[in-house]
Amino acid sequence: MATQNTKTLARLMMAPSVLLLLVWMIVPLAMTLWFSFQNYNLLDPSNVSFTGLFNYQFFYTDPAFFQSIWNTLVIVGGVLLITVIGGIAIALLLDQPIFGQGIVRILIISPFFVMPPVAALVWKNMIMNPSYGVFADISKFFGLRPIDWFAQYPLFSIVIIVAWQWLPFATLILLTALQSLDGEQKEAAEMDGANFLNRFIYLVVPHLARSITVVILIQTIFLLGVYAEILVTTNGGPGYASTNLAFLIYRTALLGYDVGGASAGGIIAVVLANIVAFFLMRAVGKNLDR
Amino acid sequence: MGSITLQKVSKVFGEAKVIPSIDLEINNGEFVVFVGPSGCGKSTLLRLIAGLEDVSAGHILIDGKDVTDAAPAERGLAMVFQSYALYPHMSVRNNIAFPLKMAKLDKAIIDKKVADAARVLNLTDYLERRPSQLSGGQRQRVAIGRAIVREPSAFLFDEPLSNLDAALRGTMRLEISDLHHQLKTTMVYVTHDQVEAMTMADKIVVLNRGNIEQVGSPLELYKSPRNLFVAGFIGSPHMNFVTGTYAQSKNAKTAGIRPEHLGLSKDSGIWRGTVKVAEHLGADTFLHLDVEGIGQITARCDGEFGAYHGDTVYMTPDETKLHRFDDKGLALRA
Repeated sequence: MATQNTKTLARLMMAPSVLLLLVWMIVPLAMTLWFSFQNYNLLDPSNVSFTGLFNYQFFYTDPAFFQSIWNTLVIVGGVLLITVIGGIAIALLLDQPIFGQGIVRILIISPFFVMPPVAALVWKNMIMNPSYGVFADISKFFGLRPIDWFAQYPLFSIVIIVAWQWLPFATLILLTALQSLDGEQKEAAEMDGANFLNRFIYLVVPHLARSITVVILIQTIFLLGVYAEILVTTNGGPGYASTNLAFLIYRTALLGYDVGGASAGGIIAVVLANIVAFFLMRAVGKNLDR
Repeated sequence: MGSITLQKVSKVFGEAKVIPSIDLEINNGEFVVFVGPSGCGKSTLLRLIAGLEDVSAGHILIDGKDVTDAAPAERGLAMVFQSYALYPHMSVRNNIAFPLKMAKLDKAIIDKKVADAARVLNLTDYLERRPSQLSGGQRQRVAIGRAIVREPSAFLFDEPLSNLDAALRGTMRLEISDLHHQLKTTMVYVTHDQVEAMTMADKIVVLNRGNIEQVGSPLELYKSPRNLFVAGFIGSPHMNFVTGTYAQSKNAKTAGIRPEHLGLSKDSGIWRGTVKVAEHLGADTFLHLDVEGIGQITARCDGEFGAYHGDTVYMTPDETKLHRFDDKGLALRA
């Protein structure tokens, strides 16, 4: 009886927050869905009418559509690759006892505290600029022609900037996982004749599997919607070379004033995110339950 | 083959001299137990032999070969850790096979050796399980299995039974002793539990503050401890130490008498004491007594003796079993 009461009370107490979250999620989603079937352009806001699937057809036939989906996946995949591999490497280094450990760790985390637009501007103007950026100086020092990053490799440049921002996150999570590895296990492997590489493959990587999964899942959520870095550097160009789905929606809504079309794009983005999540959970989700 | 020689081995951690200087000879096939209180350096000594710590000075020889600078894997030793240190994501089979896999042995040979080890340790039915699905005793056996398959020249045990409950500890003690008789390989065993030391060892090394206090067989240490430390450490309950006039009458600074060597009576004896606590174990009873002019004394008597809190009991020490120590704490031989 007591447990029954506690359960009921617990449900009652949780209800307001659950309800709030539900409203928070359902209302925008429903409105987006609603607008996606409307002919609603901000240039002619008095003339709103039902158009059926026209917005979807319009978005689908946009020449930028498939490229933006491909770009979205390249950004997610590229950044994950760099941050996971780089994160493991840096975490392994930070796990060693070194002089000034505290300061080094703070320096490593600091990119995470920089706001995305600021980080992107710093990269654009101080590092990747073809005439006075650091990379250009390095190229000139070796007598090479400086690379105009945002013109020649726009998507790769975006991947580098975003990866730089997310590397601290991956490093921190993987470092804490590394530190929880039992010292006696490492010693046992050492006695068993495993060299550093074997210890890494058979002991460290399996131990890190769960944390790597968490890093991949959390980063994917945020990386599907990368926007600020694109806006302040390439503005989606040249052409549509660095436009991802989120940026394409922004273009449609705020440059094309087409609320209906942008809503249709938003719904497509939601579907894409769910497809990615489905395959991701099938690929790495089993690491989470043990 | 598996003789281990330590020559003037010392270990310093920063300012702390954990092991000042130790010379020790471990013969092939011996079961040697390092015993001592916490922080006496026994685990450090074992890790020095294993190669998990570097010696600060001195030499370590295995089978006459200097291995002071050799990597742990090159020394041909196998170690069983206190936490078992099993690889949690591998099955029992892969755990046991791991050292063989690292040695790049043939798959067929690995399978055969793992099967053999599993049979010896009664693990055959558990080979496909993960360590987390095993009980403490089974995990311990997997750890031993992982050590056996390498056919090492010596086994090193670092307090392997301290995580088990009392009943299981007794069983595993027998199993390890039995294993030693089967394999006849050198075993070096670290423990703080003197019962484990007494029951398993061919040779006990008593350590205190990084120094060897005494080396000898369990009965040697029990019968003729070299100094006060060994006398107090070996034996349970601990030996009673008596100073003052009684000790002087025996021409010693301190006289030591074990609880089991006190003759007890309810009406006459040399010492008269009051029972503070009586621990009835069934077969035996341990009496903690307050003795006039002497102090706290522990006595061991038959379970039928029947003494309780507040009773008066007379004691007579067995003079032939008396230990005498000089003012430096060293034993005086008659």
